[in-house]
Amino acid sequence: MSKTLFDKVWDSHVVRTIENGPDVFFIDRHFIHEVTSPVAFLGLKSRNNTVLYPERTFATADHNTPTLNQHLPVEDPLSANQLKALEQNAAEWGISHWGLGHQKNGIVHVVGPENGITLPGATIVCGDSHTSTHGAFGAIAFGIGTSEVEMVLSTQCIMQPKPKKMRINVNGELGFGVTPKDVALYIISQLTTSGATGYFVEYAGEVFRNMTMEGRMTVCNLSIEMGARGGMIAPDEKTFEYIKGRPLTPKGEAWDTAMEYWKTLQTDEDAVFDKELTFDGAHIEPMITYGTNPGMGMGISNHIPKAEELQGGTTTYKKSLNYMNFLEGDAMIGKPVDYVFLGSCTNGRIEDFRAFASIVKGKKKAENITAWLVPGSHEVEGLIKQEGLLDIITQAGFTLREPGCSACLAMNADKIPAGKLAVSTSNRNFEGRQGPGSRTLLASPLVAAATAVTGVVTDPRTLLKEEALT
Amino acid sequence: MAYDKFNILTSTAVPLPIENVDTDQIIPARFLKATERKGFGDNLFRDWRYNNDDTPKEDFVLNNPSYSGKILVGGKNFGSGSSREHAAWAVYDYGFRCVISSFFADIFRGNCLNIGVLPVQVSPEFLEKIFKAIETNPNTEIEVNLPEQIVTIKAIGASEPFEINTYKKENMLNGYDDIDYLTKMKSDIQEFATTRPF
Repeated sequence: MSKTLFDKVWDSHVVRTIENGPDVFFIDRHFIHEVTSPVAFLGLKSRNNTVLYPERTFATADHNTPTLNQHLPVEDPLSANQLKALEQNAAEWGISHWGLGHQKNGIVHVVGPENGITLPGATIVCGDSHTSTHGAFGAIAFGIGTSEVEMVLSTQCIMQPKPKKMRINVNGELGFGVTPKDVALYIISQLTTSGATGYFVEYAGEVFRNMTMEGRMTVCNLSIEMGARGGMIAPDEKTFEYIKGRPLTPKGEAWDTAMEYWKTLQTDEDAVFDKELTFDGAHIEPMITYGTNPGMGMGISNHIPKAEELQGGTTTYKKSLNYMNFLEGDAMIGKPVDYVFLGSCTNGRIEDFRAFASIVKGKKKAENITAWLVPGSHEVEGLIKQEGLLDIITQAGFTLREPGCSACLAMNADKIPAGKLAVSTSNRNFEGRQGPGSRTLLASPLVAAATAVTGVVTDPRTLLKEEALT
Repeated sequence: MAYDKFNILTSTAVPLPIENVDTDQIIPARFLKATERKGFGDNLFRDWRYNNDDTPKEDFVLNNPSYSGKILVGGKNFGSGSSREHAAWAVYDYGFRCVISSFFADIFRGNCLNIGVLPVQVSPEFLEKIFKAIETNPNTEIEVNLPEQIVTIKAIGASEPFEINTYKKENMLNGYDDIDYLTKMKSDIQEFATTRPF
């Protein structure tokens, strides 16, 4: 029978199928971080269980970590306590731990692929919804709750009903200044934040084939923001090129055997999806959000829709605009901004810093902007220096912080103050997400950079055009 | 952590007629720093419930003494966003045993089922009926009957069936969880693991 890519990977990991219930689903790779794992270890102990396969779990600290002065003790005692708990649990059970200060430390969804832990055809989970990132490699990867973290620690399995399958095709060519982030925000704006709930998505079509691995990770990362458990892209030469030779990828004969399998990881031609959507890449503009969920986004040159133009309830919509202090019909371009945040598991990779630098090169940071530039890992930080990007951004008046989740979720010291407006390359614009009372506009690194040098929401194409003319 | 068995729950309900209630509203990230599962109910809906100076926001439903009960009724797409099980813990720890909505985000629904909170998905029309009934009379009782899989607005006698898979239903009825099941089949899992190439 014809199978989709998702079927092939899912079916090969089912240990047992329960009638009118979930599948017992085997997990190849498990990431843990300091926030969602401590209670799982407590549960494990209280049941007198042990960690079944410690070599299949990888720990890194990222949510709570400061992004300045990482060599000093962590100031917040609660954060310090969680980081300590992770370190102790990892040591107790023989789990590899890349804590604060370790050269491999960084955001879990950045360091996994960098180190070759993320592989095509693997099943990958983590107590973090953006685990969907790893789907860029043709893995089935998704976020789980803490009870499930305990299940994986003690049995290497979780119990999951098989999701329905959706394919999203984006064909054609992307326009000038349009990035993977814009493609994802566009899809979410079309589907809403619940449009893919209950589905696992496969992204297909020219636009994704032409994307770099970093770009694919950005797209898959945001799958959860349309409600999908995860999203994946069939592995190809780019995927193999990216993973080859990384510290934990198979080597020698094991690599050859794996390659034989990985090359079969494509959706069969006549395989059927429960839902299939197709978009034209040429229709996508640089995107920006204007509301309090990632589905409230539009092309940057548009105006905020009027409540009467929308289908369905307007109460929630009006509440959202009220929180943002925006009016229906407002233009986004030209709105004064206070903060710019470049980073997170969505856009904290080297390509994102290259994009940012391409705009700010030879310009100056606007005076009204506080900018936080946070690499996703020490490896990214190293590349920024190696490629000369640090000089470019420093000359433009920016500084580089140390790796971590930073202002994405306001768990560490990097919080956007109440009432302030931030253009952020992260993944969520929920009320208070970046700090109590903070207001977030989600956008690409290019939009963030253009805004950082002008001080107002700016279409990066106008700056890129000027650049092309001079 | 095992949880209380769920059979038939009859209770008044707390209405939250807002769509897309995300997990950052249910519990903001800055309250996820505990290393034990304790006290999360205090911070349920923290930023909707309290001002910056920790005084209660009078207009928020949890601060309105007219509404109480073990059932939370939310607008569609309840629980979207993060995978933090802390959101489900906060709901449970506050005292809710059931959340009713016309649509749930996947991970939140799964987390609820894993810790003993029953997510009950009803039609948008029935959800409206519940909101109306509570608006008319905050003492309206709702019966959630898990064995029969039926939810009833007692005062007006309106009912609707709801879905739950047989496995999870048995778990909820008996207070079992997935870890109990998985640890019993560990040897099968270990055998399976030997077949994995990486």
